[in-house]
Order: sequence, then C-alpha cells, then structure tokens
Amino acid sequence: MKQIVDSVMDWVEVRMPVSKLYKEHMADYYAPKNFNFWYYFGSLALFVLVNQLLTGIWLTMYYTPSGGEAFNSIEYIMRDVEYGWLLRYLHSTGATAFFVVIYLHMFRGMMYGSYKSPRELVWLFGMGIYGVLMGEAFFGYLLPWGQMSYWGAQVILSLVGAVPIVGDDIALWVRGDYVISGVTLNRFFALHVVALPIVLLGLIAMHLFALHEVGSSNPDGVEIKEKKDSEGIPLDGIPFHPYYTVKDIMGVVVFLIVFCAVVFFFPSGGGLILEGPNFEPSNALKTPEHIAPVWYFTPYYSVLRAVPNKLGGVIAMGGAIAFLFVLPWLDRSPVKSIRYKGWMSKFALTAFVVSFLILGYLGTQAPTPGKTLAAQIFTIIYFLFFILMPFYTTMEKTKPVPERVTG
Amino acid sequence: MKKIIVLLFIFFPGFVLASGEGVKLEHVQVDAKDLESLKRGADLFYKYCSGCHSTKYVRYERIATDLNLAEAYVKENYMFNSDNIGEVALSSMPADLSKKWFGTTPPDMSLEARLRGNDWVYSYLIGFYEDESRPFGYNNHVFKDVGMPNVLAGLKQELGEEKFKAAATDITNYMAYMADPVKVERESLGIKVIIFLLVLLIPSYLLKKEYWKDIH
Repeated sequence: MKQIVDSVMDWVEVRMPVSKLYKEHMADYYAPKNFNFWYYFGSLALFVLVNQLLTGIWLTMYYTPSGGEAFNSIEYIMRDVEYGWLLRYLHSTGATAFFVVIYLHMFRGMMYGSYKSPRELVWLFGMGIYGVLMGEAFFGYLLPWGQMSYWGAQVILSLVGAVPIVGDDIALWVRGDYVISGVTLNRFFALHVVALPIVLLGLIAMHLFALHEVGSSNPDGVEIKEKKDSEGIPLDGIPFHPYYTVKDIMGVVVFLIVFCAVVFFFPSGGGLILEGPNFEPSNALKTPEHIAPVWYFTPYYSVLRAVPNKLGGVIAMGGAIAFLFVLPWLDRSPVKSIRYKGWMSKFALTAFVVSFLILGYLGTQAPTPGKTLAAQIFTIIYFLFFILMPFYTTMEKTKPVPERVTG
Repeated sequence: MKKIIVLLFIFFPGFVLASGEGVKLEHVQVDAKDLESLKRGADLFYKYCSGCHSTKYVRYERIATDLNLAEAYVKENYMFNSDNIGEVALSSMPADLSKKWFGTTPPDMSLEARLRGNDWVYSYLIGFYEDESRPFGYNNHVFKDVGMPNVLAGLKQELGEEKFKAAATDITNYMAYMADPVKVERESLGIKVIIFLLVLLIPSYLLKKEYWKDIH
C-alpha cells in the first residue's frame, strides 16, 4: 500500500511541485514565534470565508432570484428546507463575523505597523479584499428582498446620482431600471454569487503570496529574517506548520463557541444582523421610517451624513475608505510597532478607534441636530488621524527597537 | 493598547441597545416552550384573526406537529377554507373587497412578531381605545388611526381586564411562534453544539500546549 502511495506521489511530484508548495507555505514557512491574540484573525477570516462559500452554495440551491419570489424563497428556506434556517443563519451571522474579524485584523495591522515596508503590497491586497467584501455585503443584502434590503440599496445607489452630469445615467445603468427592481435583484445575485467571489479568491491568493514572500511581521515589528542561524533559519521563527496550525485550530474552536452562541441563540443580533423591517417584503411605494445600513457600514454612513452637501458627503465617504489604502505612505515613523512609537501615535490611534466606533453607533441612529454635530466632530477626528500622520510620526520620540523579538 | 480593548467593549453594548423609538410599549414575557399557552393562542388566533389575516408561510401540518395537536383538532378548529393539512393558512377574504371595507388589505401575519417585535404585538392587541372619530369607533395607542376594527372588544368584555391580558399574551406567544417556528429546536440544538465545542476545546488546547512546550 505504502509503495503505491509513494509511486503516485512521485508521479505527481514530477509533474507538479506539490511538496515544494507545501514546504514554501506551510512546513518551511517561518513565522515569528511571538504572535499574540491579535494574530488569530487572519486565519479566522479564511475560516469564515469557507463558511460563507459553503453555506452560500447551499442557499443558492433553494433561493429564487426574482422580484416576485425572492422573499418567499427565503421563508421557504427558513421553514420548509431541512436545516435551511441553520444554513441561512450561518450565512447571515457569517457576514457579520467576517467584518468583525476583518476589522480586528486591520486594527492589528495598524497597531503593529504591519503595512510598513516591505509589506505595502500585502496591505494593498488586503484593502482590496476589504473593498470587495463591502461589495459582497452590499449586493448580498439586497437578496432577501425585504424592506431594508430594498431601501438600503435605493439610498446607496442614489448616492451615485450625486456625481455631476453622468451620475444619474450611471445609477440607471447599475440598476438596469428607474427604481430598484427585479432586474437589479438578478444582477446583484450574479455579482454576489459569481463575480465578486472569484475576485475575492484571487485577491486572497495574492494577499497570501505577497505575505509569504516577505514574511509575517510581529508585535515588536522586528524583522526575524535579519537574525538567522547557520542553516539560514530565522532565530525567532518557527515553522507555520505545525506550530501555528495547532494554535489556529484552537482559535477556530474558541471563535466557533462565540459564533454558534450567536447563530443559535441571537440570530437577529438585536437587529444588527437581521433588521426587523427586513421581515416585510420590499415595497417600492412604502418608505420605512428609518433607513440604516447594516452595522459594518455605519461609520462611513455617518461620515456621509455629516457633510451637508450630497456630493461632498459622497466624496468624504470615499475618502474615509481611500485614506486606509495609502496608510503605508502616511506613516513615516522609523519604527513599526505601536510598542516603540511615541505618545502621539498612541493617542492618535486611540482617537481613531474611538471615532470609528462612535461614528458606527451614530450611523445606526436617526439624525438629530446634536447627533449630526457629534458625527461632524468625529468625522474630523477620523480624517485628522490620517492627515496629521506624516507629521506626528516624524515629530515624536520613539523608543529603541530590540534586536530580537521579546515574546 | 489595553485601553482600546476596554473601549471596544464599553461601546459594544451601545450598539446592541441602539433601537426602538416612539410610543412606549408594554413589555410581554412569552415562552415558546409553553405548548398550553401556544394552543390557547392558536385557538384565539384562528377564531378572531385568521378570517382577515393570512399567514401564508405557516402550514397547518407544521402547527399540528410543533404544538403537539391532533390533525383532526387542527382540521376542525383552524382550517375553515381548506381540507389539505399540508396547506398554508390563507384568509378567504378577497383582497379588493377588504381594501374597500378597511381602507387597506389586512397584512399577512406570518412574520409580524419579528417585523415589529413581541412587545409591539402585545401592546397593539391590548391598545385599542374608544374614539368616536374613527369609522369603527376605536383607535389604537401604538398604531394611530388603525384600519382594523376592535375585534377583541367582545372577548375583553367577557374575560375582564386581567384575563384579557393573559389571552393577549397567548396570542402574542403564538404569533412569535409563527414568526420564528424553529426557536425551540434551534436553542436545544445550540446547547448541544456549544457543549460539543467546549469539549473539543480541551484536546485542541492540550494539542497546542504539547507542540508549543519547546518554544520559548
């Protein structure tokens, strides 16, 4: 038996370097040994992606993408399909989990300067993934065809209309109709289940290839490749497999406990995962009292509403996302990790996180003069974090970075 | 950095509580496992509500199974316009006529409890008050100028305030069941899944510890 397996393996090996790939990306990929709590979220993002793909494929088997039947088919899945409710809740909770995990993953990168040279491309591909993910969430949210699906998409697509001269024509082209209709639903379905997942998988592959070329950073921001032993192995590095695979398996189990608690006991997430108004079929003639996007978009929605001018709001919202892309070139600090940066960087990052969370909260609320003012103040703080970054990262006094990782 | 983590958790409850506005609602405590209450609620629902309100996602057979009722009982008491136990519960009132009578077609009730919440449904059921300016002589505290007549007026008179509130609770319980019929099964499966994961955490932790003992 072993002989047969070996000869098959040899046969494949001559034709395709499977073991070379395995070594490069798993057994001989050396990762810093001092990864902490914040380093679980990369592998968790991959885990959630698999969950979304699998549950998504099964949901597609029962879902009907048409204006007349979409809402009914969701209830069919929830009531008549065996364990359909579980598939749907895994998928809807998975979307929220995806953003929780990605936001924590991005925060890790910002905290430890993972985006800095030579990892700018890793960051850019990662931001590309984040962008596509926002597209996935936006297109996917229309599919249940409830009131919030419908009017949320209506509001966001009408933003395109703010673009001078060609705006309305572009909005018409995207919708394929003068209002959101079954035509829009069908194309959003195509984008959600085919087009964007392909782009997403491509970007994830590039994110990982780029990462494995330069190697992972770590909480100290020390380049482990600079200190190697006589065999060329980084002194502070350990093979990704088995060390980080067993560690990440543990991370997945802990994640699943939290995730399943939500799926089985709080699938609506208090209206954050499944919003109440979405249990009413879409109605083009009846606007809901209060339209709010799902929680992971609300910080940007707050930025949009904070600017009194519609086009200005759209530009500010785009800018809020665009600034994240250029982060590697805004951070001029000689050190990577927040551990060795000065108080100004620490203060700025804290102010950024606080303003992001408060903007997120305000985006779920109906606007009042007080809340709009608050959104304006925190929008300014959000942007100042980026605009002032080249200055405070060069002005402040940094601490000396150790030669080796500190564990 | 610890501060940021703490802040994260301080702000999260804010997100969870961020809903609800307008009229103050009466709180109702319903129990999806209380089959007696669900049966009483279903009895009332099919006596007073289902004539006008369809529940197009709720199958009679499913009600019989979930509420542990005999099919004959369901056929006798709940099914007035169908003999097929596999059917969904539809009102036999023509939509165009009901629109003429009430100003609007009575909405489908399958998902009402998830659309508006249990508290809203309960507050609505007990929220009718006399208002001569309305065509049917009644208005509602939580649904201003509602088109629906106060069909529970007779029941309220018959039972008295306290028992009527209990009846409204039963109806709310049944409507919550219709909106989320899998709740009991979901939660009982959830407990098993989480116990399994907690047990799985032990070997996965020990495996990690075993591998990592030589890394310092």
